[in-house]
Amino acid sequence: MNVKHHLSDEFLIEYAAGSLSEGWSLAVASHLALCPECRQRLHAMEGAAGALLDKADESANEDEAWARFKARAADIKVEEVKLEAPKATKQTVVLPEPLRSYVGGDLADLKWRALGRGAYQILIETKDKNTQVRLLRIPAGKPVPEHTHEGRELTLVLAGSFHDGEELFARGDIEEADGDLLHTPKATEGEDCICLAVTEAPLKFSSWIVRLVQPILKI
Amino acid sequence: MNNKNSGGSEAEDLAKAEMVRLLSIVGRDRSADAFEAIFRFYAPRIRSFMAAKTKDRQAAEELMQETMTAVWNKAGQFDPARGNVSAWIYTIARNVRIDAYRRKRPEFDMNDPAFVADDVAPADQEFQQIQEAQLLRGAMATLPEEQLDVLRRAFFDEASHSTIARDLGVPLGTVKSRIRLAFEKLRSSLEGRL
Ligand SMILES: [Zn+2]
Repeated sequence: MNVKHHLSDEFLIEYAAGSLSEGWSLAVASHLALCPECRQRLHAMEGAAGALLDKADESANEDEAWARFKARAADIKVEEVKLEAPKATKQTVVLPEPLRSYVGGDLADLKWRALGRGAYQILIETKDKNTQVRLLRIPAGKPVPEHTHEGRELTLVLAGSFHDGEELFARGDIEEADGDLLHTPKATEGEDCICLAVTEAPLKFSSWIVRLVQPILKI
Repeated sequence: MNNKNSGGSEAEDLAKAEMVRLLSIVGRDRSADAFEAIFRFYAPRIRSFMAAKTKDRQAAEELMQETMTAVWNKAGQFDPARGNVSAWIYTIARNVRIDAYRRKRPEFDMNDPAFVADDVAPADQEFQQIQEAQLLRGAMATLPEEQLDVLRRAFFDEASHSTIARDLGVPLGTVKSRIRLAFEKLRSSLEGRL
């Protein structure tokens, strides 16, 4: 598998800094699980942050702080951490962590909710009030009317694929869209496309996949 | 072969190698003496990292103590072959801060069967990691102040790109391009490592 569409510096740096909210971070972390290249970039960013930390010197007398630490450390029992060996069962798992834990299982365990026109969704709960997170299953070969977005959107492909213009998005690929982008995605023939879609919360159905079925829901 | 390490001083590299050594000793022997040197170096830095967000000396002090406690506890998990103590301690400080603000940051799991591993051989990776910390420091030292300032705001203040643009009074595109230029420079310095 070769991931072709990656995270932007903007999302990645916010994730590295810990300032990215939970909903977006779920899509970012799930892409990272499938993409060694972006993990390498994340690693470099954390290295840069470490170098900034080195330079953040404020000379201070640390005698008092060190004394406080020692008093505290006396009460600490260090737990032995057993490093987990990679799980031996190499059966095909489609949904990577952390996503799988959020939805409570892999594809076979999911309880899809029909949206009509052959599309399904699962709403994923987070504590993040600023995003909507959902897993979507879109029927193979389904075209999507032209539209623009309002607000940021991340779409991570987990199974199947979709075309957006000349670009093909397959497993592991992440599409980042914002308000300026006009695009015409279409799920590829042959296999349903399963995606994780994160959108800004107040704009309920801004995801292109959800717009496909929006007329039926009359929301 | 490009061993030029423009800006990053040799003394600094030695000090870093010493930190790797000390942290390994702490991990192995729970040596408070070894930890004291680590504490005295990182405590003021982590305090100022925390203060960037809390704006409160007392709270920053407490979060620093929590971070150093976590470093003490996790020292045995630090892999010396990874070589970059500052980056490792940064991630611990970042996570302490996230917990303090009761936020969640979902993470991937390297032991997950769906995880796609790097195809670089572990031996090569070790070699790369050791050089990497050094190269990063050297490259960071060559970045113009306006790029470092944007990175500092992103990592220390947790400012979004649009917040940084507003605070600096520059267009959003300027912030994005400063970040892009900074990481292009860091990336190319890492790619030139062999
Ligand atoms: Zn990627």
